[in-house]
Amino acid sequence: MRIGTAKTSYLADEALFDTAVQRRWMVALLAALVLFPLFAGPYWLYLGCLVAINVASATGLNILTGFTGLVSLGQAAFMGVGAYTVAWLEINLGTPFLLNLIIGGCSASLIGMVVGAPSLRVKGLYLAIATIAASVILHFLFANWTAVTGGASGLTMPPATFFGTPLDQPGKLYWVIMPITVLMVLGAANLFRTRVGRAFIAVRDRDISAEVLGIPLLRTKLTSFALSSFYAGVAGGMWAYFFRVITPESFPLVMSIFFLAAIIVGGMGTILGGILGATFMTMVPEALKLIVGGLSPWLPDAVALLSPVRTIVFGALIVGFLIFEPRGLAEAWRRLRRFFHLWPFKT
Amino acid sequence: MDWLFLTEVSLAGIGAGGLYALTGLAFVLIYKATRVVNLAIGEILMVGAYVFFGFSAGLALPFWLAAPGTLLVSGLLGAGIERTLIRPMLGENPISIFMLTIGLGSILVGLVELVWGANPLRLPEFMPTQPLFLGEAYVSPKVATAFAVASLVVTAFLILFRFWRGGVALRATASDQAAAYSMGIDVPKVFSLSWVIACMTAGAAGMLVGAIGGISPTMGVFGLSVLVVVIVGGLDSVLGALIAGLAIGLLEALAGAFLGGEYKTLTTFSLLVLVLMVRPHGLFGTHEIERL
Amino acid sequence: MAIDVDPSRLLPELPLPSGPPALAVDGLMLFFGGLRVLNGVSFEAREGSVTSIIGPNGAGKTSLFNTVSGFYKPAAGAIRFRGASIDALRAPARAQLGLARTFQNISLFHGMTVLDNIKLGRHAHMKSGVLDALWYRGRARREEMELRREIEEKIIDFLEIDHIRKAPVSALSYGLRKRVELARALAMRPKVLLLDEPVAGMNREETEDMARFILDVKEEWGVTVLMVEHDMGMVMDISDHVVVLNFGQVIASGKPREVAANPEVIAAYLGSGNVEDLRARVRQGAQAKRGAV
Repeated sequence: MRIGTAKTSYLADEALFDTAVQRRWMVALLAALVLFPLFAGPYWLYLGCLVAINVASATGLNILTGFTGLVSLGQAAFMGVGAYTVAWLEINLGTPFLLNLIIGGCSASLIGMVVGAPSLRVKGLYLAIATIAASVILHFLFANWTAVTGGASGLTMPPATFFGTPLDQPGKLYWVIMPITVLMVLGAANLFRTRVGRAFIAVRDRDISAEVLGIPLLRTKLTSFALSSFYAGVAGGMWAYFFRVITPESFPLVMSIFFLAAIIVGGMGTILGGILGATFMTMVPEALKLIVGGLSPWLPDAVALLSPVRTIVFGALIVGFLIFEPRGLAEAWRRLRRFFHLWPFKT
Repeated sequence: MDWLFLTEVSLAGIGAGGLYALTGLAFVLIYKATRVVNLAIGEILMVGAYVFFGFSAGLALPFWLAAPGTLLVSGLLGAGIERTLIRPMLGENPISIFMLTIGLGSILVGLVELVWGANPLRLPEFMPTQPLFLGEAYVSPKVATAFAVASLVVTAFLILFRFWRGGVALRATASDQAAAYSMGIDVPKVFSLSWVIACMTAGAAGMLVGAIGGISPTMGVFGLSVLVVVIVGGLDSVLGALIAGLAIGLLEALAGAFLGGEYKTLTTFSLLVLVLMVRPHGLFGTHEIERL
Repeated sequence: MAIDVDPSRLLPELPLPSGPPALAVDGLMLFFGGLRVLNGVSFEAREGSVTSIIGPNGAGKTSLFNTVSGFYKPAAGAIRFRGASIDALRAPARAQLGLARTFQNISLFHGMTVLDNIKLGRHAHMKSGVLDALWYRGRARREEMELRREIEEKIIDFLEIDHIRKAPVSALSYGLRKRVELARALAMRPKVLLLDEPVAGMNREETEDMARFILDVKEEWGVTVLMVEHDMGMVMDISDHVVVLNFGQVIASGKPREVAANPEVIAAYLGSGNVEDLRARVRQGAQAKRGAV
């Protein structure tokens, strides 16, 4: 039963986590994130980092697609821009990794604005396909601008260093990647408590009448593109530090589809959706791997089935969520919470 | 400038363009009737090619049985997709349906891989192989046959669309669903019909594409070029799909021959961006007026 | 017994405010293809008045609003806002100057709560940028809190919608939605408020509430109101000035009572009562059509 939620100030009423229970859950979650490396083995740390990187990027895409209503299939390519920028800086200048990540985010953000520039005229599906074009063109650049990107063989970079300590293990990188992701997600949540976020939603819901209310369309759309690709760029930079080998094939179109799928499965237009979706979609292939591994004593060629089954499950998740739970895991979560708000008086 | 080479490349390009036009037509048909942007068209084409492989190589059926069988299975696939996946999404936002077809594409790729494996395969030969010359220029007999078949199907298509009762119903539905419904046209049936015909067309295209270049689960990327075709031509324009199909085929061949293979997609997608900048609804697409 | 009344105390003539009119439209022309939607429309809305625009359906009233708020670009004519030309400004810039509006078929944002919808109106007057927003503490929070307080105290209280502030718009009744839309327009710090059919589809009680709100907005907030409305009762009751539009042209304007008595207005609304007139009009129309073909 949810009680004691009366507020005495507008500030309390507009807080991100507005009930004591919610705040306690948040503290518990943060504690779990801090304690996680102490208990987890290398495989789980590796997964933890991967999930965090994907959450950061998916949250960025959610800002653009879920909140502003501009469908993009370029998120992976924007990550690529960030990754290549970071790798180039690390290899050629050796600047501190935090600075590199920020510069990586900014360069992705610039490219994102260029891609978003036609969004005033080109709309809906046509825009989605224009972003496919952008990722094809960026892929060409990654593969052929050999002087900077290393061409088809790509770039291999040294690990990030923190006061002389190389961050070359997932266990060490976790302390960089997780806090940055938490900050980025909190930032996104803050955004939608303010005028900037409201303008995004207004553009999504009623493109034209937003303008009559004093919201400049082009500037709002470009801001959304810039912010979303900044998130992608930083995520891509973290990806670069994590894998340390970047090739043109590291950021394929399928990866953009993966992020779009993640926010669909998680729930478009909710911050929680980006987190849940990216986590879920990253974990599913791992779970399948486990299942296949468990089956292999009985099913000798189970490992050969892994790849097609993964492809099928990926597609089926998109289709299934769109048909049966179009507002995603976040909505399921909300239903669960509502149930406990009234429990045990109404079931 | 080697004119003979240019001519040969152009002819090959136009030949390939015929297949783009054919698949583009399937795409436009679905879009016009149901307003669904079907990104799985490349994968449906791939399934068609594999089904033909299964009939002709797996069951060793003769061509005159395997080909109609493939069309039948493709048509059934179309009906099944429409009934189970697209119909429940009626009235949803177009972006969701667009994503649904991406998911569908992924499922189809996985299924094909599960059944036939991930390695590329060759279709049994069913096309003439003696070399063909137009004047002095050599034309691959397979490409020429494919182009001829594609032209035939497209022509049949246009005639059907124009004169057959079902075609008229289809056009009526395309221009105004509600009005067509109230005129007694069975709109859900038209939806099914458009998917069936489109998937059969894509299946036929799959047989042709597979006969020329072999088949593999990744041949669905053919759909990406088709996507360029229909966007450049305009999503709802049959004429646009035909013209853009030939043009993109030609452009790809020229870019491949004179710039290098890696420039093919770059060139066509750059053209796509250029067209969208100038005409946001494609060259022949209709622009819908926005109202407050 | 004769009652001696000082006539000046019976009907107090409101002093006409001096200075330029709040909104002046001059010779506005608008075409949709070959269709002449607005054909040289001119009128003025005095500062602090309620000006109503009436006319039969298709007269061009909503198109006039769309042109004034900057959504349509007129082929000719000028619009002046408090004396300054706004022809070159796009819609968001006009909104920022204080030109607020509501829509005929309500244009609220369904994905947001009532409160967020209202807050949205203030967008152009707030300053926090993306970085402020991401960080929230500091400028963004200060601005948001100020806005919240002002909305609560001035708008939500005034329009009596405090019970629904957290409700999603999609859950509201038609009348309440209209009220929320007015609230959002008020959050825009309007100097001139364009109301497109504020009471269409409302019952008597809701209409009276809305009329009261409009009068209060005019008197307490000092906002100039420009209104399109079909409810003649309300138009006659609360307007200071009425402009009649027919086929994209102003056919009459003046005080409500003068306009109501104008034979041309009556003809446009009710017909002249003469069957021959109707026949002539139909014939004329048919001829014009034949001429066009």
